Amino acid sequence: MSSELRYTANTQLEHLHARYTGTGHADLTKYEWLTHQHRDTLSSIVGHPPLLSYLAIADGEAVGRVKFEMTERMLQPCGPPPAKEE
Amino acid sequence: MSSDAPRLVDSFTAPKEVLEEFAELAEDENYDPFAETASKRQIASRQSDYHNRRFSRQANESADAFRASEEGKDVEGGYKEAMRLQRLEKEEERVRRAIEDKERQAREEGQAKMDLDKTPPRAELEEAAKELSIPGTKRKRRWDVAEPSEEENKENKGGEWSKEALDGAAPKKRRSRWDATPADVSAPGETPKRSRWDQAPAAAPDVAMTPIIMNAPGFMHEDKHNRYLTDEELDAILPTQGYSIVTPPPGYAPLVRPPKLSATPITEVGFHIQEGSDAAAAAAAAGLAPDLPTEIPGVGSLAFFKAEDAQYFAKILKEEDETELSVDEMKERKIMRLLLKIKNGTPPVRKTALRQITDKAREFGAGPLFDKILPLLMERTLEDQERHLLVKVIDRVLYKLDDLVRPYVHKILVVIEPLLIDEDYYARVEGREIISNLSKAAGLAHMISTMRPDIDHADEYVRNTTARAFSVVASALGIPSLLPFLKAVCRSKKSWQARHTGIRIVQQIAIMMGCAVLPHLRNLVDCISHGLQDEQQKVRTMTALALAALAEAAAPYGIESFDNVLKPLWVGIRLHRGKSLAAFLKAIGFILPLMDPEYVSYYIKEVTIILIREFQTSDEEMKKIVLKVVQQCAATEGVTPQYIKQDILPDFFKAFWVRRMALDRRNYRQVVETTVELAQKSGVAEIVGRIVNDLKDEAEPYRKMVMETITKVVASLGASDIDERLEVRLVDGIIYSFQEQTTEDQVMLDGFGTVVNALGIRVKPYLTQIVSTILWRLNNKSAKVRQQAADLTTRLAVVIKQCGEDQLLSKLGLVLFEQLGEEYPDTLGSIIAAEGAIANVVGMTQMNPPVKDLLPRMTPILRNRHEKVQEATINLIGRIADRGAEFVPAREWMRICFELLDLLKAHKKGIRRAAVNSFGYIAKSLGPQDVLQVLLTNLRVQERQSRVCSTVAIAIVAETCGPFTCIPAILNEYRTAELNVRTGCLKALSFVFEYVGPQSAYYADSVVTMLEDALTDRDLVHRQTASTIVKHLALGVAGLGCEDSMLHLMNLVWPNCFETSPHVIGAVMDAVEAMRVTLGPGVLLSYVLQGLFHPARKVREVYWRIYNSLYLGASDALVPFYPDLGELSEGQNVYDRHPLQMFV
Repeated sequence: MSSELRYTANTQLEHLHARYTGTGHADLTKYEWLTHQHRDTLSSIVGHPPLLSYLAIADGEAVGRVKFEMTERMLQPCGPPPAKEE
Repeated sequence: MSSDAPRLVDSFTAPKEVLEEFAELAEDENYDPFAETASKRQIASRQSDYHNRRFSRQANESADAFRASEEGKDVEGGYKEAMRLQRLEKEEERVRRAIEDKERQAREEGQAKMDLDKTPPRAELEEAAKELSIPGTKRKRRWDVAEPSEEENKENKGGEWSKEALDGAAPKKRRSRWDATPADVSAPGETPKRSRWDQAPAAAPDVAMTPIIMNAPGFMHEDKHNRYLTDEELDAILPTQGYSIVTPPPGYAPLVRPPKLSATPITEVGFHIQEGSDAAAAAAAAGLAPDLPTEIPGVGSLAFFKAEDAQYFAKILKEEDETELSVDEMKERKIMRLLLKIKNGTPPVRKTALRQITDKAREFGAGPLFDKILPLLMERTLEDQERHLLVKVIDRVLYKLDDLVRPYVHKILVVIEPLLIDEDYYARVEGREIISNLSKAAGLAHMISTMRPDIDHADEYVRNTTARAFSVVASALGIPSLLPFLKAVCRSKKSWQARHTGIRIVQQIAIMMGCAVLPHLRNLVDCISHGLQDEQQKVRTMTALALAALAEAAAPYGIESFDNVLKPLWVGIRLHRGKSLAAFLKAIGFILPLMDPEYVSYYIKEVTIILIREFQTSDEEMKKIVLKVVQQCAATEGVTPQYIKQDILPDFFKAFWVRRMALDRRNYRQVVETTVELAQKSGVAEIVGRIVNDLKDEAEPYRKMVMETITKVVASLGASDIDERLEVRLVDGIIYSFQEQTTEDQVMLDGFGTVVNALGIRVKPYLTQIVSTILWRLNNKSAKVRQQAADLTTRLAVVIKQCGEDQLLSKLGLVLFEQLGEEYPDTLGSIIAAEGAIANVVGMTQMNPPVKDLLPRMTPILRNRHEKVQEATINLIGRIADRGAEFVPAREWMRICFELLDLLKAHKKGIRRAAVNSFGYIAKSLGPQDVLQVLLTNLRVQERQSRVCSTVAIAIVAETCGPFTCIPAILNEYRTAELNVRTGCLKALSFVFEYVGPQSAYYADSVVTMLEDALTDRDLVHRQTASTIVKHLALGVAGLGCEDSMLHLMNLVWPNCFETSPHVIGAVMDAVEAMRVTLGPGVLLSYVLQGLFHPARKVREVYWRIYNSLYLGASDALVPFYPDLGELSEGQNVYDRHPLQMFV
C-alpha cells in the first residue's frame, strides 16, 4: 500500500509490471530471482542459434539435443524450491 | 384618448396578483422551496404510470422446495402454492373489474346530471366524493388521512414486509382486502398459510408505524416532557375538594387524536449543525422543512434524514434498554442501523457499514435482511442514489447468502424487475446484474418455479418485466438450459398470455445477447415459429417482432435457421393488416439481408407488392417500418437496379417525396436515408433527376430535404453520371435554393460545396453566375448572409482555381479584403477564412490584394478576442509567413511577433499551436535573433500558459533555424537569478532536444555544466525539468558516442530515484529508462543491483521498480550481465549458470 501511495502517478506501471513473468518485487526471494535469471539465460541461448551451436560444439552434442536439454532445464533450473521458512 | 382607455390613478400599488401571491406565501409558512426539486429526484414521481405499476405488485414467499425436500419436510408455499395464489389473484382481478364496471355504470346513470364542464355546487361535490370513496372503488385513499380502523390494520408486526409493511408503504389498488374480515383470527405466528389473504392483521404490534404527519412541526410529540397528563396524574396533582370534572360541551371533538399509537421517535438533541448537501437537510437547516433528526443513537450523524425514513427506522430512533431485547430483536436493530448508515450516511460511514453488512450477511440470515431492505426499495419517495445503494447492498449480500436466498427470490424479483425497464441505463444494468447473480445463487429450477406464475399474470406490466427477467436468467445460466422450458411455455395451450410472454422472452434474449444467440438460433426460431399462426393477434405480432430481433442479432449469418418461418411470414403479409402487418414486415426486413443473393430477389418481389400498397398508409409507425424495409431491400445484393428503377422508384417517389414528409423530423431522416440507399443501386442520375426540380419548390423544409439527399448521394457516388441537361438543372436549382434560404444552417452550404466540388471543371460555365451571387450576398445587410457567402467562397476556391478563373478569384479576394472592417465576429472570421482559402490556391505572388497590403491589415485584427477570428487570422498569417514572408517588411513581422504573444494565452489549443508555429516561420525569414529576444523576454511574465508556449516557440525556432542559434542564448538566459526564467530556459531546452533529436550530440557537452547545476538544485521542479532534458538528450545521442557525458549525467540523476512527488519521480524514471538506451542495460543493472536486496523495504521497492522497467525493456540483453551467484548454491539449489561457463 505504501509504495502505491508514493507512486500515485505510476501505480498503473506497477500493476503492468506485475503482469509479466520475470519481474520482481520487494519480497522476492533469492531462489525466485535466480530461477528467473536461469530461465532467461536458457531461453536466450535457445533463441540465439549461433550461441546454441557454440554450446553444442563445446559439449560435443547435436544442436537439437542441446536445445532440447536447455528447454527441459527451464522447468526447474535451480532445483526444487527450498522449503518455506515460517 | 378614447373613452375606454384605462383611467389614470394618482397612486400606484403593486398588482393584485402579486399581493395575492404574497398573501398566500405568508399564509403558508411551511412553504418549502426545495420540495419541487426533491420530487423530481424521486424516481416514482418522474416515471410514467406504467413504471409505477410496480407498486401494485405483490410478492409471495417462495419456499425453498429443494432444501425442504432434502430435509424430508412438507413443502408449503412452493410452486403449487404460488400457482394457487396466482389464480386467486386473477380471479380477484376479474371480480374487481366486474364490480368496478358495474359501479361505474350505476354512477354514470345516477350522476348524468353532473356537468363536468363547470364547477358543480358544493353539496353535489361532497355527495360525489362520498360516493367515490366507498370501498372497492379505484380511488386511492390518502393513507395519512385519519382513518383509525385502517391505521390500526397497518400496524407493522415485527418486519413482515410482504404483508402489512409493503402495503403500508405502497397503497394498493386492491384495498378491499384490508376491509375484509380476517378468516382466521389466530396469532400471526400460528397462521399456517403464508398467504397475505388469510392472515389476520397483527394483534399486538410492538411498535407502531409513525405517520409522516407526526413529524410536522407543531404537532404534539409524545415524550416525557411534553405529553398529555392522564386522569390519574391529574387526580394526584389537584386537590380532591373544590374541583369538579366538567363534561365537555356537546359536539366537542378533540382536535388531535389521542396519540396512543404514535410512539414518536424523539431524540433529545440539543443544537447541532446540519450536515450534508441534500436538499432535505438544507431545507431543514433553513427551518423550512419538517424538523428531522440527523443524529440517531447508535448510528451517529447522517447526511440527511427524510420524513419517510422515520417509519422504516422507527425502532432505532428512540433509545432503548438493550438488555431487555431478545437476540432476534437485537439483530434486527443492528441491520436497521447498518441500512440507515448505508442509505443516508456520508461516504466513509456508508463504506464501513456496507462492508459490515456483507461480512455478517450469513449471520444475519436472508429473512431479517430482506425484510428490511426490500420495503425500503418499494418506498415511493425513493431517490436514485438511495436506490443505487440499496441495490448494491442486495448485490453484495446475494454473494454471501448464496442458496439461502431461495425463499426470497420472488420478493427480490418484484423489487428488482422494474429496474429492467427503467429509462436510466445504469439502473437497467444494475437490475440485470442482480437478477443474474440471483439466478446463479438460486439455480435455474428455483428461478423457473418462482417466475412461472407471473408468465401468464393478468397484468401486462408483470408479464413484460418477467419476460425481461427471464432473458437475464437465460444469459446468466445459458440459453440451452432454459430452452426446454421456453419450448413448453411458447406452446402453452392454457393461455395466450403464457405464449405471448414466452415469445417475448425469446425476443428479449435476442436483444440482450446479440450475436451470442447464433449457436442456438435454430432452437430459438423453432421455439416460436408456430406463433406466426397463433389465433391471438398479439401473439402473432410478438412472434414477428421476436423473429426480427433474432434476425437482427444473427446478421449476417443464420438464414438456414429461418427456413421454417419464411413461408408463414410471406403468407402472413397477405393476410394481415395494421399492427401485425407492420411487425411481419419488420421481421422480413431483417431476414432479407441474411439471404443468399440468388433467392432474395424472389422474396423481395413478393414483399414489394405489399410494401407499395402500404406506401399509402397514414399510420406513422407503418410508414417508418415500410421505409426501413425498402432500405433493407435496396441494400441486399440480389436486387437489381433495373427492378428498383421500374418497380419501386415510381411509387416510392409518389408516396414519400411530398412536402408533408419534410415536416416531421423522424420521417425526414428516414426518407433521406432510404433514398440514399436506393441511389446506391439505381445510380445518381436516376435519383437526382427525379428530385432536382424540387430544389425550386416553394416549401423551404422540403427544399432542404431535397438538398440533403442530393448532397449525400453525390458525396458517395460522385457526379460523373450526371449528364449535361441534368447538370444545368442541378446547378440552377442549387443556386436558387441557396439564394432563397431563410434559415441559417449548414445543409444548403454543404450541398452547394459538395455538388460543385463533385462537378469540378464542369461548373466553369456557371461560375460567373455563382460568383456574382456571392458578391451580391457579400454586401447583403444581414450578417448571416454575408457569413454564408464567405463560407461558400472558402469551399469553392479550389474549384474556381481548377477552372482557371483567376480573374474571379482576385475579384473575390479584393471584395473580401474590403470587407475586413466587418463588425460581427462570426462573419469576420468567415471572411478571413475565405481570404485565406483564396491565398492558398493562388499563391502568395499572385495574390490580389498583394500580401504586403493584406498583412498590415491583419495585424490589428489579431487583437480581436473572438476565437473564430483569432484562428482564421493566425492561420492566414502563418501561411503568409511560411510562403511569402519576403513580401512584408521586417518591422511589420516584429509587430506581429508582439501581437502573437497574446495569442499564446488563447483557450483553444489550435490557436496556440498555430501561433507557436508562426513564430517558427517568422524566425526563419527574419533570422532568429529578434524573435528569440522577444520570446526569452516573455519568460518573465506571470502567466504560466504564456511562458510554456514561449518555451515551445523557442524550441521551434531552434528547430527551424538550427540549435546553434538558440542554445547559447538559452544558456545565457539561464544565468538570470529568477526562478521562472530558469525553469523556462530548462523547459525550452528540453523541447529543443526533443525536436532536434540526433543533432543534440553536438551540444551535449556544452549543456552538461548547466544540467549539473540544475540536477543539484534544491528546487524540485528544476530537477524534474532537468531530468526531462536528460531523457531527451540521452535518447537523442544514443549510439553517437556521448557515453562519457551521459554517464556523468546518470550519476547526477540516479540519487533522485527516491523522490516521492509523482511528476518528479515520473521524470526521473523516464531519464533512467532513456539511459538504458544510451548506456546499455548492463550499466544500469550494476546500479540497480546495489539495492535489490537492501535491508530497508523502501529502498528495495524503488530498486525493484527500476529493475522491472529495465527487465521489461531489455530482458534478453541482461543475460550476460547477471552476476555469477554460484557461491550462493545450497543443497539442491545450484545457482551456477553452467552454460555460460563453457568455451571451446
